[in-house]
Amino acid sequence: MADKKVTLEIKRQASPDDPAVWETFELDWRHGMNVISAMMEIAANPVTADGRATTPITYDSNCLEEICGSCAMRINGKARMACSALVDNLEQPIRVEPLSKFPLVRDLQVDRSVLFENLKAVKAWVPVDGTYDLGSGPRVFPQQQEVNYPLSNCISCTCCMEVCPQFNEETGFVGAATIAQVKLFNNHPTGSVLKEERLRALAGDGGIQECGFAQNCVEVCPKQIPLTDAISDVSRDVLVQKAKDFLRS
Amino acid sequence: MAAPRIIVVGGGLAGLAAVIKIAEAGGTVDLFSIVPVKRSHSVCAQGGINAAKNLKGEGDTTDKHFDDTIYGGDFLANQTPVKAMCEAAPAIIDLLDRMGVPFNRTPEGLLDFRRFGGTLYNRTAFAGATTGQQLLYALDEQVRRYESEGKVKKYEGWEFLSAVLDSKGQARGITALDLRTMELRSFHADAIILATGGTGAIFGKSTNSVICTGSAQSAIFQQGAFYGNGEFIQVHPTCIPGEDKLRLMSESARGEGGRVWVPRTPGDPRPVKQIPASERFYFLEEWYPKYGNLVPRDVATRAIHKVVYQLGLGLDGQPMVYLDLTHIDRATLNRKLEGILEIYEKFVGVDPRDEPMKIFPGVHYTMGGLWVDFNQMTSIPGIFAAGECEYQYHGANRLGANSLVSCIFGGFRSGPNALEYARNLPAAEGDGGHAAELARQAEINGKLLKNEGTENPFKLWRELGKTMTEHATVIRYNKGLKEADEKVVELLDRYKNVNLSDRSQWANTSFAFARQLKNMLELSRVIAQGALLRDESRGAHYKPGFPDRNDEKFLKTTKAAFTGSAAGPRFEYEEVDTQYIKPRPRNYDAAK
Repeated sequence: MADKKVTLEIKRQASPDDPAVWETFELDWRHGMNVISAMMEIAANPVTADGRATTPITYDSNCLEEICGSCAMRINGKARMACSALVDNLEQPIRVEPLSKFPLVRDLQVDRSVLFENLKAVKAWVPVDGTYDLGSGPRVFPQQQEVNYPLSNCISCTCCMEVCPQFNEETGFVGAATIAQVKLFNNHPTGSVLKEERLRALAGDGGIQECGFAQNCVEVCPKQIPLTDAISDVSRDVLVQKAKDFLRS
Repeated sequence: MAAPRIIVVGGGLAGLAAVIKIAEAGGTVDLFSIVPVKRSHSVCAQGGINAAKNLKGEGDTTDKHFDDTIYGGDFLANQTPVKAMCEAAPAIIDLLDRMGVPFNRTPEGLLDFRRFGGTLYNRTAFAGATTGQQLLYALDEQVRRYESEGKVKKYEGWEFLSAVLDSKGQARGITALDLRTMELRSFHADAIILATGGTGAIFGKSTNSVICTGSAQSAIFQQGAFYGNGEFIQVHPTCIPGEDKLRLMSESARGEGGRVWVPRTPGDPRPVKQIPASERFYFLEEWYPKYGNLVPRDVATRAIHKVVYQLGLGLDGQPMVYLDLTHIDRATLNRKLEGILEIYEKFVGVDPRDEPMKIFPGVHYTMGGLWVDFNQMTSIPGIFAAGECEYQYHGANRLGANSLVSCIFGGFRSGPNALEYARNLPAAEGDGGHAAELARQAEINGKLLKNEGTENPFKLWRELGKTMTEHATVIRYNKGLKEADEKVVELLDRYKNVNLSDRSQWANTSFAFARQLKNMLELSRVIAQGALLRDESRGAHYKPGFPDRNDEKFLKTTKAAFTGSAAGPRFEYEEVDTQYIKPRPRNYDAAK
C-alpha cells in the first residue's frame, strides 16, 4: 500500500499576537503511525498539501509513551495525548488544534504552568524532616497503596482541565488534577500533617465548590484516574473542615 | 562572602536529588530544564530500583549487590564509587518511602521486592511498572516545596548551551537559550551540576525521550571536559518497535515470570496459543539455565540477535521474538505490571494478558558519559555531573534497576560536593569570561539562523541515526565503525550547509534542534572511534572479530578529549580501580 495517504489539518499560529490559520498536510501512510510521528515527518519535509513551503510545527512532546504528559492537544475535537493517537484509529482528515483553555505560545504549544502553581498552593508534598537516614517509612498496607497509586499516576497533562466547563478565568477553578493530589497527600500518613492547610486552600474562591459535576474530567483522563471519586471525597473533607473552622472561630 | 550560587542543569532524578541536597544545606539553586522538570525522562523508568534490603529472607547484602553490579558491568567500573552506591541504596529506598512513593507492599505493609536481571536475589523495589515516574514525582514535590520557600528558582523551557569559563578554565556560569523568546543569556554560578541524561537520540530511534540528545554533555566535552567510556551503549532486549520511537517493555515483565521464546519451526503457521510447549524454543532458559530470562541485558540482546539473524527464527521472518506473560493470572499482572501492559495495549492494539508480546532490542541507556572523579566533578573545575550523563557506575553494561539508584546517589553526592567547592572558590577576575562566551554563542546562533544552505537538520539526523544504529550498537565490526565515523564526518560537513525552514525568533524548535544536532554529531565520533579502538568484547561492546575480554590491554577507562581537528577526538586510557573485587571471567551459564 505504498500510495496510501494520511491527511492532517493543523491549526497554526506563529505567536499569541498572530492570526490562526489552518494548514493541510498529506503524508505517506506508515504502519503504526501516530500524530507525533506524522509531525516529525512534516519537520523533515515542511511542505503543505498544496506544495507550499512552511515551517515545522511547534508542539510539546517528550517521552512519546503517555507518561510525561507533554503532548496534550485537541485531536478531532478531543483533548488527548498526541503520542498515543494512532492514525489508523482516527477519522481523516485528522484535525489537530492546541488546547483551548491555556495561553497559546505557538502552533500547538500552550502554557500549562497554572497546574504547577496550583500544586504549590495546595502543598502537594510530604513534608519530610530531611533527607538524611531516618530509617524506614510508615507502614502502608497493600489496600491503601492500591488506592494511592492510581492518584499518583497523574501525568499533569491538563486534559481534565481543558474539558471542564468550570475551568475558566471567571471561576479560577483549580481543576480535578489538583484536587486528586490533595486526596493523595491527605491519605499519606506523614502527608496528612498538612491536611487542614490543603483543605482550606480548596475552601475559597476557585476551590472545590466550583466543581459542577459535569464529569468530563474522569472521561477524558488518559490515566483513568478516579477523579470524580477524589472530588467527592475531598469535597466532604472540605465541608467538615469549614464546619470545624467555623466552630473554632 | 556572598552565599555560593549553584546552577543545576537537568530536572530528572539526578538533578532534582542534587537540588534537594543543596537546598537542605542552606544553599540556593537555579534549576534549568528544557521541559517542566516533572516531564523529564526519568518518568520512563519502569521496573524498579535496586537496594539490598534483604526483606525476603534470602541473605542478600550490599556486598552482593556490589559484586553483581561490578560483574554485570564486566569489571569496567571503578569499584570505590560503586561500592559506596550499593551501600547507600537501602537508605535511599527508605527516604523515597518516607517521601510518599507508593511502592508495592507486602501483606504486612512492608516494601515488596522483585527480581531483575543479573542477580539471583529479589532486590528491586517497585511502584507498579511506573517506578521512575513515581520516584521523579516524589523528588519533584520536594523541590516544589523548596521552590515555594524561595530556595530554588526554576528556569523551565531553557536550554543549556555552554559553560562560562574564566581565564583559568574554571566554571563561572552558563549560557542558555529561552526556548520561547529565543533570548540568549548568561547566568552566574560558582559551581554547575550537569544532570542531562542519556544520548539515545544519536541513534535516531531509541527508548529515550525526545530531549535525550546528549547536547549538553557534548558542549562541555567540546569545551575541554573528558568523555569516559563513550563506546558503551546499552541495547535493551525487549522493546516495541515504533514509527517515532522504540517503546521499552520493562525487564520487570521477565522479573515477574515473563518468558522469551520463538517457534522452533521458522514461520510456524499455527496461531500462537496452539503451538505446544515442546515446539517452543525458550532460548534464554536453554542457553542460560541458572539466570534464564533474567540474564543481563547485553547477553539477552545478543541472544535475540542470534535467534533472529543467525538461526532465522524471527517471528514470520521479521526481527521479532515473543515476550510471553499469558501464563500469569490477570490480577497479578495488573497489580505489578499494569503500566507497561497498557503501553503495549495502547500502541500495538493487542492485550498482552491474552497474547504474547512481539518485541525486539532497542538502544536504551548510555553507560559512558562525562568523565568525573569520585566527587562527581568533571575534568573542568567547577563542573559536576550526575546521573546518566556521567560514566561512573555501570561499567560496560548496566544492570536493570541500577539506574534509578545511581541517579539519586550521584545527585546526592554532587550537590554537597558542588556546594563545598563553591564555598572555597576565589572571586572571579574581571567578568569571569561571561562577555566572551555570550559573544561566541551569539555568533553561532546568528550564523545558524542566517545560513542559506539546502540541508534539512531533521533529515541529517535520520541519516545519523541510521548509520549509528547499524554500525555502533549490538554487533560491531571495525570496518563498519570506520564507515560510521566517515559518515559522521560527511554529516558534519553537510551541517555547514544546513537550512532552517523556520527563521522566526519565537518558539523556533528547528533552531534549537539544529544546535543539538551539531553536538550529537561531535559526540557520535567519540562513540564510533572509541568502539573502533577497543579491540575486545566487554559487556555491551561486542566485536565478533575480538570475541573475548582482554583485561591486559583494555581493563581501562576510555577517555576522549575534543581536539577540533578533522581526525576527531584524542583518546587516552586510565587504570580501573579494582581494589575490592578481582576481575574474573563473566559467565551467566552458571551461578557466578
